[in-house]
Formats: sequence, structure tokens, C-alpha cells
Amino acid sequence: MSSASSGNVGIVIVSHSPKIAEGAADMVRQMVGNAVPLAWTGGDVDGGLGTNVAGILEAIATAWSPAGVAILVDLGGAETNSEMAVEMLPEDRRARVVVCNAPVVEGAVIAATESSGGSSLAAVKRSAEEFYA
Amino acid sequence: MSLDRVARDKLVRALAASMIQHAEELTSLDQAIGDGDHGLNMKRGFEAVLAALPGLADKPLPEMLKAIGTTLVMKVGGASGPLVGTFFMELGKALPEQPARADLVAATDKAISAVKARGRSDAGQKTLLDVLVPVQTVLSEGGDGNAIAAEATRAAFRTIPMLAIRGRASFLGERSIGHMDPGSRSVSLLIGAAAAILEREADS
Repeated sequence: MSSASSGNVGIVIVSHSPKIAEGAADMVRQMVGNAVPLAWTGGDVDGGLGTNVAGILEAIATAWSPAGVAILVDLGGAETNSEMAVEMLPEDRRARVVVCNAPVVEGAVIAATESSGGSSLAAVKRSAEEFYA
Repeated sequence: MSLDRVARDKLVRALAASMIQHAEELTSLDQAIGDGDHGLNMKRGFEAVLAALPGLADKPLPEMLKAIGTTLVMKVGGASGPLVGTFFMELGKALPEQPARADLVAATDKAISAVKARGRSDAGQKTLLDVLVPVQTVLSEGGDGNAIAAEATRAAFRTIPMLAIRGRASFLGERSIGHMDPGSRSVSLLIGAAAAILEREADS
């Protein structure tokens, strides 16, 4: 999923609904193309609405980039589970993954746009978070 | 306090039973002010914990608690997984294999701090912390298993008139008032189950 070209910041989309996560990822691909490593995850371990740490860890691995990974989340549990997943990462990766305080769809698109221009992880996060500023 | 393998096995089964038997009640509490999946989520998590027996009870107490925590984090889903899971993991990290009461007091204090940090919350916001914090006070003041279990139940009921400030119920604003916090109820059940086992072990 992550294109080899990319030293760009990876984007992970985490929603309670796999359909929302996948749909947001489709929008990112259509609007930003393949220049950005991208992965999505949604649903609990039984496939119902919810989020799960294992799925988030897998998505981070899929979207991994040396420049880091920005995670976009929807509601509370998605955020808590994402923060938990970040803490469970190997230490050398932990500091290069951030959870953005941003709306999931708009945040993912703007974060990916910023990333596709080669911006740093901090700049990607800042752009996404401007929605709530 | 010494928990041998048999006691550890009983403890795990009692914790799991408290969640599995009350899954419907927890779900209906969550339907009132959350998204209605809390009972199912906790049940799924503790079924996974049960599935780790008998090997789980072979582990020394700290390792067993950490393993329970990790399983809950991975399986529960929702915010409760990381919150309750963090509590067990931190308890495991802080407790010695044969804890005295002072160890339990210190370890629960650390574990509660970790839950506060994970949820960026504190007591008074209609969350599981509204049970954990007062129960820890009773524990630190020397209360026995019965006193601890009773305080856990009372504390969960005290969340009914509270306004939710953190968690999903906070979306409801004042409409969250008048309903018991599901996370508080599940934690009070877990504490009740653990207290009953520990009290029996203390007597034996």
C-alpha cells in the first residue's frame, strides 16, 4: 500500500466504522494520489462498530514511513485505542507517530495533501488540526 | 497475601464471570448514555482472558495481571479496553509476587494515575475513576474486602446524578444526568468479584 517512492509522512485513518475509514481513504487517494503511504482500519475485533489496537498497529505498519505517521481518528475510543497502539510500538518508532486532533475525513485529506508536498510530521499534524483551531 | 495457582485461577474466573453475567445490564446502561456496546465489549475481552486459562494462572501474579491487561487492550475495543487494560497492566508492573496490603495500596495508586493519564480525566467526570478513586481510599484506610466491595457498589451509584465530562456520554451534556455510568458499573463489579476472592483467601 505504501509506495516505494515515498519518504512522505504516512497517514492512518481510524474510524469506528470500516466503511467510513475505507471511504475516507478512497477520498484521500482520489484527491492526493499515491504519493503518500496510506492505511485505514475500522471496526472491533468481531467486525462490529468500534476500533481495535491490533488493527491500528497493523495500519501503522502498513503506512510506515521514516518521516513518521499521522493518525486521524473519529470518536473517543478511536483516539484512546490509537494512543494505546502508539505506546505499544517499538521505541524507535514511537516518537514518530502522532494522533491528530482533527475531523477524520477533512483531516485525512488535508494531512495527506500536506504530506504529499514533503512536509514534516509536525507540519502535517498542524495542517490537520487547523480545522479545530 | 499469598495467591497460589488455584487462587489465581479462581480470581480470573470470578472477574470474567462478573462481566459475562452482567453483559446485558452493562449494555443497557450504555444504551442510555453511550453507544450500547459496553457489555458486549467487556464480555468479549474477558472471554479472551478465560481462554488464556489454565496457562494464565501458571504465571506469577504480576505477570498474570499484565497478561490480562494486554488481552483486554487488544480485545475489548472501545475506550474501555485501553482504560481497564491499562489498570491491570500497571497493577502488574507495580505489584510484587506476594503483595502485602501496603504494596496493593501503592500499586493501585500508580495504576489509577496511569488510567487518569490515558483518559486525560480525573474523578468527578462520570467515568470509571469515580469508582477506582474512592475504592482506593477505602483500601488505603485499611478497609476489608467487604468494605471495599460495598464502597465500589456505592461509588457506581453515585455516578447517577453526575454530569458526564469525559467519554461518549459527555456528548449528551445534561442528558447524561440520571443514568449510571456503565464503565463505573463494570469496574465496581470487577472490584466486587476480586474482593470476594481475596477475602476468602485471607480467611483460609
